[in-house]
Amino acid sequence: MQRTISFTLNGKPAQVTTDDERMLLWVLREDLGLTGTKFGCGEGHCGACAVLVDREAVRSCALPLKDAAGKQVITIEGLGSGGRLHPIQEAFLKHHAFQCGFCTPGMILNACALLLKTPLPSRDQIVRHMDDHLCRCGPHTRIIAAIEEAAAVMKGGAR
Amino acid sequence: MKPDDLSRRDFLAGPGLLLLLPSAPVEAFQGYPDDFNAYLHIGADGRVACLVGKVELGQGSMTALAQLLADELDVALDSVDMVMGDTGRCPWDMGTFGSLSIRQFGPVLRAAAAEARAVLLQMASERLKTPVEKLHVETGVVTGQGSARVSYAELVQGKRIERRLGRQPVKSPAAFRVAGQSPRRKDAIDKVTGRARYAGDFRLPGLLHARVLRPPAHGAALTSADTSAAERAGAQVVRDGELLAVLHAHRDLADRALALVRARYEPPRPSVDDRTVFDHLLKAAPPGQVVGESGSLAEGERLAAGLIEETYFNSYVAHAALETHSATAVVENGKATVWASTQTPFSLRQQIAQALQFPPENVRVITPYVGGGFGGKSASRQALEAARLARVTGRPVQVVWDRAEEFFYDTFRPAAVVRIRSGLTGAGRIALWDYHVFCAGDREAKQFYDIPHQRTVSSGGWGGGNPAGLHPFAVGPWRAPSVNTNTFARESHIDILAAKAGADPLEFRLRHLSDKRMRRVLEAAARQFGWKPRKRPGGGAGVACAIYLGTYVATMAEVAVDSRTGKARVERVVCAQDQGVVVSPDGSRQQIEGSITMGLGYALSEEVHFRNGEVLERNFDSYEIPRFSWLPRIEAVLIDNPETPASGCGEPPIVTMGAVIANAICDATRARIRRLPMTPERVRQALAVA
Repeated sequence: MQRTISFTLNGKPAQVTTDDERMLLWVLREDLGLTGTKFGCGEGHCGACAVLVDREAVRSCALPLKDAAGKQVITIEGLGSGGRLHPIQEAFLKHHAFQCGFCTPGMILNACALLLKTPLPSRDQIVRHMDDHLCRCGPHTRIIAAIEEAAAVMKGGAR
Repeated sequence: MKPDDLSRRDFLAGPGLLLLLPSAPVEAFQGYPDDFNAYLHIGADGRVACLVGKVELGQGSMTALAQLLADELDVALDSVDMVMGDTGRCPWDMGTFGSLSIRQFGPVLRAAAAEARAVLLQMASERLKTPVEKLHVETGVVTGQGSARVSYAELVQGKRIERRLGRQPVKSPAAFRVAGQSPRRKDAIDKVTGRARYAGDFRLPGLLHARVLRPPAHGAALTSADTSAAERAGAQVVRDGELLAVLHAHRDLADRALALVRARYEPPRPSVDDRTVFDHLLKAAPPGQVVGESGSLAEGERLAAGLIEETYFNSYVAHAALETHSATAVVENGKATVWASTQTPFSLRQQIAQALQFPPENVRVITPYVGGGFGGKSASRQALEAARLARVTGRPVQVVWDRAEEFFYDTFRPAAVVRIRSGLTGAGRIALWDYHVFCAGDREAKQFYDIPHQRTVSSGGWGGGNPAGLHPFAVGPWRAPSVNTNTFARESHIDILAAKAGADPLEFRLRHLSDKRMRRVLEAAARQFGWKPRKRPGGGAGVACAIYLGTYVATMAEVAVDSRTGKARVERVVCAQDQGVVVSPDGSRQQIEGSITMGLGYALSEEVHFRNGEVLERNFDSYEIPRFSWLPRIEAVLIDNPETPASGCGEPPIVTMGAVIANAICDATRARIRRLPMTPERVRQALAVA
């Protein structure tokens, strides 16, 4: 149904008038021009399209726009503040926890969701939380190390 | 500054393009231009643009090549802006594959930089009235006697320099200051902020997203298509030859419109499936070519106490990069510009020119960041589709394959069979090695152990020249093509022979090795791993080694097998690698870790299923690639070998993963698995007969 949907996008109010059954991924990429959120599989298997919706990591390829109404949506473009990177981004940089970079935005946002809920996760908790995010290049051990380091740097004070 | 900004300001406008030389008749360098201006431009602001036809797929050559340039030219790494894979600006390159970026292209870039540096020094010598020998260069600033100094930027500013000095000596690795270090990757900030742009991220005014109608199976012929519902839904429908596409300003609405197309097909003739394919390949493979031979097989048979014959099988696997094949095309005024996820921008330019019947100089392929390639983006069908549709519609067109298209049109690693006939002497030495590989290809098929009587034969490969219909779909290069299969067969078989000889697998290998580099990587891996010599299986440890285009690799693994489920879990992998000079140590480690991780997939789970031309894998729910929870502890050992020129590091360790896991499973359970992937079901079957 054609409707105007309002939500908070990266801390600012956003409004889109479109078919509200469309998936958030395409509204972000097409209507709002935020291409940091990636299309990887279209069926919620890979996590390349993950964004934060009310502090939870959500597969935007499978989230109808209407379900984002009134919520807080954060994409990779909205992480960090005042020109500074978020500690998770800093840790991914330091550990070179990426190669081709295509899955990286989704990985970082999913890591954010973990630290919001579990500020000092064990290695097992990290692995379990990240396990349904796919990456083909193989920096997995570095991603785990980066999340551990970010957790330590943030000292439990997830933002 | 982003490379995009550079193009307009410094190059196309001209003022920064300073080192223009006539092309002196110097010998061609492997097909690369010999004029250093093709590779680097020093801007008026002192920034150095490094222009290379290679592309950044994640493998890190954007950083490693910049390191080589910075050292050879004596400029700061931070002042180097990499411009990669843009046929409009970069010198020709054959493509980014085969771990060639550093091994083969590195020397070309260094030679160009060395000559440029010598020219700059000569100019500085004239400016500062100081002999070249008395000059000192650091971070692009030439210092003479006293406080006299001049920067490269000042030297070249506003001048047109027509000077060549011919080939100059390059620095010895001992003089490297930037190479050999592990700086922050040049693509790092772009990639952690989401600013990195891939071919499907370009948004141009009037852009249409195209979805192409696909057959349900290879060989199925379209008999009719009713597109009226798609048109009613607001999509534009285009037919161009065999291409039928629906286009819409929004990608997801193009998806919906495509689903409304009612198409009928004539089904393809029945053909092979993933169970019958091996018999088919053995029958249909082209005649064998001898790729190596020494001694006499008859003499080997005579010396052997008994013959040991085995057959090994490897399945079709997909590249499965996270970024699907993507392209954005603009065709106007008889010219085409195509942003493409491709490993071969220059050959793609030719293909697009041919498809549009444009002269090649009217086609520009720009390669932005590529979201993984692994060989699969050596084929770029999506870019041809985008270009054709852009021409027909007169608007910019983007084609981003969905995951099902990605599996359907992937150029899979070919399924393959290896037959080995071998013999051991009573003294436990290999006397005979008769090796025949079908359909994998002959790269590194020849073994490297000291075996007096041997022959290696190869029938068919991944690169073309196969009889029509050999494979039911396209095949092509997959990370370390040929060599995953050849190494799995050879190193599994060596372990079988070691067991027959009652020898420890490591000692047995060393017994047959006089190659010092191979002995060194095996010994280094054993030290790190804490390899314990053994005569009988039991501990779940395995070893495998390989040479990949000049790089030596030895891998050891610890595996635990759940005998009830058949699930093998790799607990630990140690990999020692000798790649000659190490340009970027952390970059090399990233590639080793990536190879090991990706290798878990073809070893344990990845296999393309198919039937009568239909590819049954359509997404990641049925095609399982490695996940976080699969990860072993990975320890990489880089051998210090500055005497040997840098070879490749993007592929080598992956080749050992099939055999090292098979050997470790056998050590854990006595079950020998001769077919990849070693799925729980196959492990259980092997356990039942072990």
